[in-house]
Amino acid sequence: MADVTVGVVVFPGSNCDHDTEYALASFSGVRPVMLWHNEHDLQGAKAIILPGGFSYGDYLRAGSIARFSPIMQEVIEFARKGYPVLGICNGFQVLLESGLLEGALSRNRDKKFLCRRTNIRAVNCSTIYTSLYSKNQVLDIPVAHGQGNYFAPPEVIESLEAHDQIVFKYTDAQGLATDEANPNGSLQNIAGIINRKGNVLGLMPHPERASEMLLGSVDGRPLFESLYSHIAGV
Amino acid sequence: MPYTAKIKVTLRQSILDVQGKAVEHALKNLGYHSIESARIGKYIEVIINEQDRAEAERIGNEISGKLLSNPVMENYSLDLEKVN
Repeated sequence: MADVTVGVVVFPGSNCDHDTEYALASFSGVRPVMLWHNEHDLQGAKAIILPGGFSYGDYLRAGSIARFSPIMQEVIEFARKGYPVLGICNGFQVLLESGLLEGALSRNRDKKFLCRRTNIRAVNCSTIYTSLYSKNQVLDIPVAHGQGNYFAPPEVIESLEAHDQIVFKYTDAQGLATDEANPNGSLQNIAGIINRKGNVLGLMPHPERASEMLLGSVDGRPLFESLYSHIAGV
Repeated sequence: MPYTAKIKVTLRQSILDVQGKAVEHALKNLGYHSIESARIGKYIEVIINEQDRAEAERIGNEISGKLLSNPVMENYSLDLEKVN
């Protein structure tokens, strides 16, 4: 079977693009391609990943300028057609700015830039990104962000809950979504959400940084593997 | 004559402004005990090369909503001034 192509968008200031490429390349059957933000060609990708980093230096607001990069027209179109688009960290911020996901991310509650391992719980395991996790499995995946404080108006939070769109929550090691386990002040301890259609996921933690034992955790691998099984139809 | 659009973007009251809080604490530490709060926003100046004020205002509002502010967590105000 031919390899499936997964596109990783490179904005000026992306810095997890090659980590993501490296993680993808560790799966046999996946061929990562790097997509420069100024282009319009998705190069036949079956899924698109918007990686972490500081696109456009986080000027104005994180993700706000990247959202208008030329390639985003195609990415938005691709997402609207129902194809998988995954945003990690800065990529999540870009998805929110582009309106593909609802809500916004503001500065961390405790003012600090956080770069550390966190526990998150896979709350919804029936998505194309989480099918290989077990329900409520607690994962060890690092975060690295200054603006990860998820906010949305109450009616949006209610709707996310009602439609099972909260996919990951920050928790303690036992899986409890306590305030102490909330690193950045996100409402409902939200670490990742999916759109109603189920094809666009955004999360603040970095699964690519938890993709081999040398990095301290492999808990990010099933996310990429779930996505791979979906697009390869295996 | 073009117009200068002076746009102020502020975080909504319901959003925690951590930068403002840090400044507020610093001011209190300096002994300004009557300081009640501080909030930080952004000030953006855009020169719009339009002769018609209504058109300059339309563009000013459009860019403020589309790019310069995020309506989910921010408000903006727009002032137009003729450039002489």
